[in-house]
Amino acid sequence: MAATPLQTQTVDLAARFPSAVSVDARNGYTGWLVEKDKLLEIARSIKEELGYDLLTSVTGVDYLPEEKMEVVYHAYKTTGGPGLIFKVQVPRQDPIEIPSVTPLWPGVDFQEREIWDLLGIKFTGHPDLRRILLWEGFAGHPLRKDWKEGFYEEDAKPFKSRWPEGNYVSSEEKNPYKDNLSFPKNFDPEKWIPEGEAALYGALARYTETDEQGIKSDRIVVNMGPQHPSTHGVFRAVVTVEGETILSLKPVVGYLHRNHEKIGERNTFLLNMPYTDRLDYFNSMSNNFGYALAVEKLMNIPVAERADYIRIIMAELSRVQNHLVLVGMLLNDLGAMYTPALYIFEERELILDIFEAVSGSRMMCNYFRFGGVARDIPEDVLQKIKDLVFKRLPAKTDEMDRFLSENEVLVSRLKGIPVIDGPSAVQYSITGPVLRAAGIPYDIRRADPYGIYDRFEFDVAMRTHGDLMDNYLIRLDEIRQSIRILEQAVSKIPSGPINSQKPQYQVRVPAGEAYGRIEAPKGELGYYVISNGKPNPWRYHVRAPSFINITGLEKMCVGKKIADFIAILGVLDIVLGELDR
Amino acid sequence: MYGKGIIKGLSVTLKRFWYTYWDDFVWFIRSFTTGKRRYYSEEGIKYRSSSSTRGIFTIQYPEEKLILPEEFRYVPFLVYDEKDDGTKDVRCTSCGICAKVCPPQCIWIVRTNDPQTGKPVPVPAEFYIDMDICMNCGFCSEYCPFDAIKMDHEFDIASLHRNVYNMEKLLKPASYYSNIRPKNFQLEEEARRAKEVIKAAKAGAASSPS
Amino acid sequence: MTNENLNSPGYEIPAEMSNLVAITTLDRLYNWGRRSSVWPLMFGLACCAIEMIVAQTARYDLARFGMEVMRPTPRQSDLMIVSGTVTKKMIPAIVRLYNQMPEPKYVVAMGACASGGGPFKEGYNVVAGVDKFLPVDIYIPGCPPTPQALIAGLIKLQQKIDKESIRTVRWYRKGPDSVNIPIPILGPDLIDPRRNAELRQISSGIETDKV
Ligand code: SF4
Ligand code: SF4
Ligand code: SF4
Repeated sequence: MAATPLQTQTVDLAARFPSAVSVDARNGYTGWLVEKDKLLEIARSIKEELGYDLLTSVTGVDYLPEEKMEVVYHAYKTTGGPGLIFKVQVPRQDPIEIPSVTPLWPGVDFQEREIWDLLGIKFTGHPDLRRILLWEGFAGHPLRKDWKEGFYEEDAKPFKSRWPEGNYVSSEEKNPYKDNLSFPKNFDPEKWIPEGEAALYGALARYTETDEQGIKSDRIVVNMGPQHPSTHGVFRAVVTVEGETILSLKPVVGYLHRNHEKIGERNTFLLNMPYTDRLDYFNSMSNNFGYALAVEKLMNIPVAERADYIRIIMAELSRVQNHLVLVGMLLNDLGAMYTPALYIFEERELILDIFEAVSGSRMMCNYFRFGGVARDIPEDVLQKIKDLVFKRLPAKTDEMDRFLSENEVLVSRLKGIPVIDGPSAVQYSITGPVLRAAGIPYDIRRADPYGIYDRFEFDVAMRTHGDLMDNYLIRLDEIRQSIRILEQAVSKIPSGPINSQKPQYQVRVPAGEAYGRIEAPKGELGYYVISNGKPNPWRYHVRAPSFINITGLEKMCVGKKIADFIAILGVLDIVLGELDR
Repeated sequence: MYGKGIIKGLSVTLKRFWYTYWDDFVWFIRSFTTGKRRYYSEEGIKYRSSSSTRGIFTIQYPEEKLILPEEFRYVPFLVYDEKDDGTKDVRCTSCGICAKVCPPQCIWIVRTNDPQTGKPVPVPAEFYIDMDICMNCGFCSEYCPFDAIKMDHEFDIASLHRNVYNMEKLLKPASYYSNIRPKNFQLEEEARRAKEVIKAAKAGAASSPS
Repeated sequence: MTNENLNSPGYEIPAEMSNLVAITTLDRLYNWGRRSSVWPLMFGLACCAIEMIVAQTARYDLARFGMEVMRPTPRQSDLMIVSGTVTKKMIPAIVRLYNQMPEPKYVVAMGACASGGGPFKEGYNVVAGVDKFLPVDIYIPGCPPTPQALIAGLIKLQQKIDKESIRTVRWYRKGPDSVNIPIPILGPDLIDPRRNAELRQISSGIETDKV
């Protein structure tokens, strides 16, 4: 794919607000710089007059040398087309404050909390600004460039201590605490009073008070997770219930916060590729795809023709496998303990066999390289893919449909229980199948095609009710559409080289910023990468669909039963590796 | 009718149950003519992990193992060539590229210096890989210019303590490598031979005019 | 379970009876019973947890080892498979779960992350190996260990159980019958109560350049 520069200049924001907006003229950058005081006004106009209704990504950047902090907003139209990037810059002096845009887009709630947590930018007017990934009481804001962790070694990899004098010394021995720790000077652990979770429970209480009614009844606060069999990993939700009905709910995340972004800023561009595998660990192929796109955009290099096809094949196979697992696990959550999941994992195993044969690993494929892919698909594996795509997968999908979709238990648990309606889904920045099940046919493969998706015939799956049943059925629809794409791709795949570049471990990436996004099985997966011409990125941010999709979780669940919450969580399809990063 | 869906669902299980035993029967009959068995044999495992499999899907792990594709990677190992006199010729030249491309930086290499001249000699003095950090990404073997480090197929390496591998544990013979990755090995050998031919030709060209 | 394994050497059993009778020691019988019904805690942390689930499914089928009963509650489980990255925010919960498990209990560190921090070791929220807090019995390298590798590790655990003897195991001796580990506290960084004095001492002596 030839990298196309983002066409933000289609609307001239500077002409509309001459005093408050200027073009971002830095080399390699696009978008608009907005005055902090006018942010809300301009954002409202962007949303309501210009029609950019979907604010997908908000992130912060620490420009330490320039003594500035920046917040970057990416807005898109649900009708498709290129996006609009606007940024706010403030001097890097505490307290750093920026008005919150939650009144316009409630979906930025968690993203702003994340920026506060990791970068220490305060959002004035935010309804519930607490730390999100770390805990209250944590010292410092780790994504700031001058913050160093316990095992800090050097600013950028490769570390000098590895070669040529690389005597094995584990990081523990280098740290004075003999562990991954760092404390402020003269810290006394015995005098430490943990902050506890008063703020969290306080936030809950406020919501319960609002719907207080005449009759007095007991309300119970239930902590679900972080170790709970139905929450798909270490996800925790604090729920207030009255009987079985949910009155308020707060997700608590960060139990798998693995500091992806901090590590990513230390890695070189290539070294980040295997780390992206571990974001959404069901779909390492799609994760690779998004990251490769972002960096290729920065480097402005083409992708080899055959590699383009291989990428599509892998991304779609991984979508099929992801949705299959979703259906199996959903039934698991509904109480059909394990039997459907067992059958579905059989198909998944067959797809993983293909990943293993082409890339070497079942789950952590690390298969994409800038300009192409790592290895060619051998002929016999291609034949295997054809067998699966033309025969087995369609048959199995139909079988699943036949046996599950009319099952009484499934129908009575799923039908008519609303998840979210279309307009609110857009407000909450929800993307992916959940948005499409609510009647908004927004699929980046069509809305803003990347790779070679414009060469394939497929329909954007859409359902209109937005209830749990539709959320389940749309997965089957999407599997069918993916199989359709796969059928075209495996029959048309050309021969030729698989990488437009020479294999090299040090890529030259010119300075600039790029946002690469793909339609991952769970929603819009975006990588926001800033290079300053050095071997490692200055900023590396992942716009994780799981993370942003749960922003609206409280809205989806209030007023429903606890059991529905489990099912809603099931169809939201969260993966903790990506949610917490 | 209420309950129909559930009965339909149960029939899926019944179908698999039937196929398992029916296929067992068919394979049993067939084994008299073809000699191929369904269990504990390579054809059997291949069939049970192909796209036409039905019925039983289980691989009885310790007794039978999945057939690993050639590209399969687990942890890295170092390749040495066996010389005729039995000494080990370690391929690694301690160039340090693998330590540079290793994403979690879990490779430590000490270069050997010639005691007389103080210049580096192309063989590592020590080579450590911390297997408790290694993410099995395969970059080291992908970018090693000397085909000296490769990804292993052996996964049965659980132990009672932490795993920091030194040279001794990492070294494996080239014959082992050619055994687990025959195609790659052949390609690399051909490339190497081609390179040597070019080198020889160049040397010849360089020497003739002088 | 074949007779050869269960049968204690030293007693001859007539050939015609060898399929019916086994003479064994109490230790062997006890270990055989325990190792054939190790119930893992249903507890997944990260990517490795997916491979652990896959090991339960049709292709690998842990039920063949008596390990298919994943218990959602720690009170009923014998084995904690730490499958994934242990973060500082999560470790208090993990230690609490471990404390709640009844003896005998085993811990398997599955994957690089649980064994020694793995690829995310340098991260500020990552504990470099669960063995900083819990006694680990088996380390399985790999990222992620394939289901077969996990099973190989569990077989190692079974071998370890086989070597135990009723006479020496911890949980039949005098003294506290269960290992209780103080629960870490989330402070400015993770505080391990066992190391309080040491931490105070070090932090009074070092220069920090923290913001
Ligand atoms: S890249 Fe290859 S030759 Fe160079 S140090 Fe590593 S293993 Fe040795
Ligand atoms: S496989 Fe990857 S992580 Fe492991 S040693 Fe090689 S480069 Fe490092
Ligand atoms: S060892 Fe690898 S696969 Fe397992 S949790 Fe850690 S990063 Fe994920």
